[in-house]
Amino acid sequence: MTLELALVADLSQVLEAFWRGSLGTSSAFFSGTLVRAIPLAILGVGISIAFRAGVFNIGGEGQLLLGATAGTVVGLHSAGLGPAGLVLALLASVAAGALWAAIAAALRARFGVLEVISTIMLNFVAVNLVSYLVRGPLQEPTRVYPQTDPIPMAARLPRLWPETRLHAGLIIAIAIAAAAWWFLARTAAGFRVRAVGASPTASMVTGRVNVSRVTFAALVASGGLAGLAGGIEVSGVTYALYENLSPGYGFSAIAVAILARLHPLAVLGSALLFATLETGALGMQRDAGVPSVVAAALEAVVILVVVGLSGGVGDTSWRGWRGRAPRVQATA
Amino acid sequence: MGVRGRANGVVSPDESGGEPALELRGVAKRFGDVTAVEDVDLAVSPGSVHALLGENGAGKTTLMRLAYGLIRADAGEIRLFGRQAREHSVQQAVRAGVGMVHQHLSLVPSLTAAENLVLGAHGIYRPRSAEALLRATSESSGLRVPHDALARDLSVVEQQRLEILKALARGARLLILDEPTAVLAPPDIDELLRWIRDFVAQGGSVVLVTHKLREALAIADQVTVLRRGRVTFAGTANESSEEELSRAIFPDKLDNTVSAPSVAPGASVVQADRINVADARGAQRIRGASFQLHRGEIIGLAAIEGSGHRELLAALSALRPTWSGKLLLPPRIALIPADRAREALIPEFTLAENVALHQVGRRRGLLDWDALATRTAALLQRFAIVAPSPSVPARTLSGGNQQRLVVARELEHEVDLIVADNPTRGLDVRATAFVQEQLRSAAARGAAVVFHSSDLDELLSIATRVLVVFHGEVRETGLDRDQVGRAMLGASEAA
Amino acid sequence: MSDLAPLLEAAVRTATPLLIASAGETVAERAGVINIGLEGCVIAGAYAAFVVGTVTPTAGYGAAAAAGLAIGVLLAVFSVVFRRDQIIVGTALTMLALGATGTLFRARGDATALIVATEPVTRLPILSDIPVIGSAFFAQPVITYVAFMLVPVLWWSLQRTHLGLSLRAVGEAPEAARAAGIRVTLVQSGAVMFGSALGGLAGGALVLAQAGTFAEGMSAGRGFLAIAIVALGRWRPAGVAIASLVFGAAMALQFVVQALGWRVRYELVLMIPYVLTLAALGAFGRGAAPVMLGRPSVGD
Repeated sequence: MTLELALVADLSQVLEAFWRGSLGTSSAFFSGTLVRAIPLAILGVGISIAFRAGVFNIGGEGQLLLGATAGTVVGLHSAGLGPAGLVLALLASVAAGALWAAIAAALRARFGVLEVISTIMLNFVAVNLVSYLVRGPLQEPTRVYPQTDPIPMAARLPRLWPETRLHAGLIIAIAIAAAAWWFLARTAAGFRVRAVGASPTASMVTGRVNVSRVTFAALVASGGLAGLAGGIEVSGVTYALYENLSPGYGFSAIAVAILARLHPLAVLGSALLFATLETGALGMQRDAGVPSVVAAALEAVVILVVVGLSGGVGDTSWRGWRGRAPRVQATA
Repeated sequence: MGVRGRANGVVSPDESGGEPALELRGVAKRFGDVTAVEDVDLAVSPGSVHALLGENGAGKTTLMRLAYGLIRADAGEIRLFGRQAREHSVQQAVRAGVGMVHQHLSLVPSLTAAENLVLGAHGIYRPRSAEALLRATSESSGLRVPHDALARDLSVVEQQRLEILKALARGARLLILDEPTAVLAPPDIDELLRWIRDFVAQGGSVVLVTHKLREALAIADQVTVLRRGRVTFAGTANESSEEELSRAIFPDKLDNTVSAPSVAPGASVVQADRINVADARGAQRIRGASFQLHRGEIIGLAAIEGSGHRELLAALSALRPTWSGKLLLPPRIALIPADRAREALIPEFTLAENVALHQVGRRRGLLDWDALATRTAALLQRFAIVAPSPSVPARTLSGGNQQRLVVARELEHEVDLIVADNPTRGLDVRATAFVQEQLRSAAARGAAVVFHSSDLDELLSIATRVLVVFHGEVRETGLDRDQVGRAMLGASEAA
Repeated sequence: MSDLAPLLEAAVRTATPLLIASAGETVAERAGVINIGLEGCVIAGAYAAFVVGTVTPTAGYGAAAAAGLAIGVLLAVFSVVFRRDQIIVGTALTMLALGATGTLFRARGDATALIVATEPVTRLPILSDIPVIGSAFFAQPVITYVAFMLVPVLWWSLQRTHLGLSLRAVGEAPEAARAAGIRVTLVQSGAVMFGSALGGLAGGALVLAQAGTFAEGMSAGRGFLAIAIVALGRWRPAGVAIASLVFGAAMALQFVVQALGWRVRYELVLMIPYVLTLAALGAFGRGAAPVMLGRPSVGD
């Protein structure tokens, strides 16, 4: 069937497929859409922090893969540790993602290499690295499938709802978004992140801020969150490492962050929206023959529309956030 | 029309040669809600120097950008050499014989002098013919520039010459010079003014945009004064008095002759012992400077661009480490940087956030935004800053109020040292007076003030001491204008 | 060294799309615009060449350039005319092109096995008989010759035409350029569109002179590599040509490894160009960038 035929054939059939795939049934929503929103939200928060500091981390995909790899390795070796194994696996995934981003951060700080290029290059390295690992050193013992052994039960995130695939990563995602909001809005360090992103020069001259340290930290933190998303994906959904573990979460999350105007709490909503779009697209592919990659194109259009209409990627000033600013008489 | 004919005897308006080089009738321009220029008439006779006077922000530059076609007028008529300019563009102005030299010189640093000369032409570029054109223009005009040097390696004087040569090479008969003397040291100013006289003597015309009254009277044939975008005076130079022009320039003349505070210098707060300071690329820009600054002093740092004074100010404000030598700085330093919108404020941030920005690199823990908003409100009150509330973005404030906010933030608490780079640039007369007064009173309360101003007259009017930086060397001079001017060019103490 | 000739030949062939794309990117970056959408241009060009290349190769190349140009128009409108962030817009355009080509390709359904005839090798008389380098440089498809001809043409245009001077002026000092009567937005838009069209052409070369078919995501980062190559080549055509050849060799290693049956993991070989980029950027990628690169342009 050609695309034209598919589109013209029955639009209502396509839309129905979208609905069934994303929100239409409780299993689609709780086991599909909501589960998919978890990595998008965590990645989206990380990307928001980096973008706010003026660092363009396009490498979420690679950092996520490294996090997934580290989480898998630690998870596989955590038999007998009980819940501590899960915690260790998630911490390892944070560390691996942070380390992967730190390569780009160090190249930027030390040699002035554009992080856009370096993080993209690191994506390609990570993809090939995972391919190599799951066919080589980490491959399951029977050497049939290009994937690792499943991680033990203890290293898996508990399900929130017995009949669904919804796991405790959701709680982690919400907690991270709230913590990121508090950090950016209330702490001096968070203010430095925003200030450096808005004006590195003024931050250095007036704020006496060590600009390269802030951008370095923001990129590393963003990588750590991407790594965590990977670790959670392994311990909550896939239970093993394999190629194509991520259907492009790292790129979708850029759209998530931009639609949320780099606001960590808004990221939760926009992650859900894009998860709906993606699971809906999968439903369309399954039931109506529309290729699901159309979702990537739609996400790009969303970015262009948001950036085109708003003129920027985020509200640099957060005056609306802290409320209760005392009214002051104009002093003229 | 009262033209003092120079080149070809007396020129009368009814002769064809008397067609004005530039004529503006009823020209108006608005930017958003702000009226930049309103109903301006102006006529520049050929073979004359026409001074366009006014304080910063009076609309002089806007008017000349209109004449040169860089921006389009909302109303009015522009005639170049008698022909009306419709759908006015730079290209058209250039074709008509108009050239403009901008206040901030507009050369491409990475291109050679010859490449800059022919920039904007079409077709194939031939380096040899461009260099030949540069040599020819250079010889016929008497303005010398090394032809194969990159623009970034030229001195400020050479860059300005190249700018004029660019205009002449395009056949300019009318030169618009926007504050050409602002970046020059006194002897270079004299040379430029002499050149301008020669140029008009040969039939050229010049519009000299300046805020310096004496300069205008010394050289111009005619004078037009702008205030808040309107003409407040038009006449011949030899019939106008300094006082008359001064009244036209300043709406309500402030007493600009406040004498320097007679505070006896106190304890030393800054001690520099043979310090060397490098720029961002590692080149030594200050070499072996030794001096002391004391409480109560206002030290004017006089220098032409590129002398190393920027690096010295950066070192004094603890932004740049010294390369060698010993520099003792006090703990509490206030900094008023040169570039308000890039260095001192984040325009999109609220006033409270801009207050929070101050030395936030040294803060830990949480920021109490309620307290910051209250503090900001108090500063608005105390320093008479016109702003609706602490939660409006800084960009919504006028330039003068932005600078007041910067000063207020830096001087909120008592400090030991104030470092300021061109603190009154671009401000209107009131804001200028405010900033100067704050610096004086801070000094009177015991701070040491060190500042640079590109306007030597302003510098001398506030300073109690002058340090001159020339080619990386720092030395003290008296408060005498000629002495300072010579030192800025590295001339010896003699004569 | 009988191993050297095939490696060199494969390197030159593999370098061709990189060189075309990075030549275009050089123009865009000298004008002050970084085109992260270049990867999108390459994949769009590849798909267009795949679809139209069945008619004639020339039509395929034309379609490829047109597809790249279309993306360039979007980038110019968003980032140059409306001054939106170049990196965000470029990233979105790459995502858009990857998603759109993937969708169209999958929707064709039956097309997966389709092979486009690759351009035949044109041997240049005499030159191609030179040992070792002869077959590498002078027995290649026409598009390779076009790519290498771009280098002197580009140098000459940048250094010896007023358009080239204007372009460099716009990338270094847009205000000065404007004062000289140059239309900054026009020059930047033109540079971006030219660079994007070449990006599309690079995708065309990938399909019509190399792969002979299309696969989702087959650009495999070549557009991004081209951006890195421009930095490594110090924004100069000759430097960019040399850097392209080095990367072409790095990418060609995979074919050579297969052909020679070396016992190295395939995935590790695939990593080489990307690791090389990171190492090379760290070692040489500094300095000489156009001043205004990546910053929003100032409107006219």
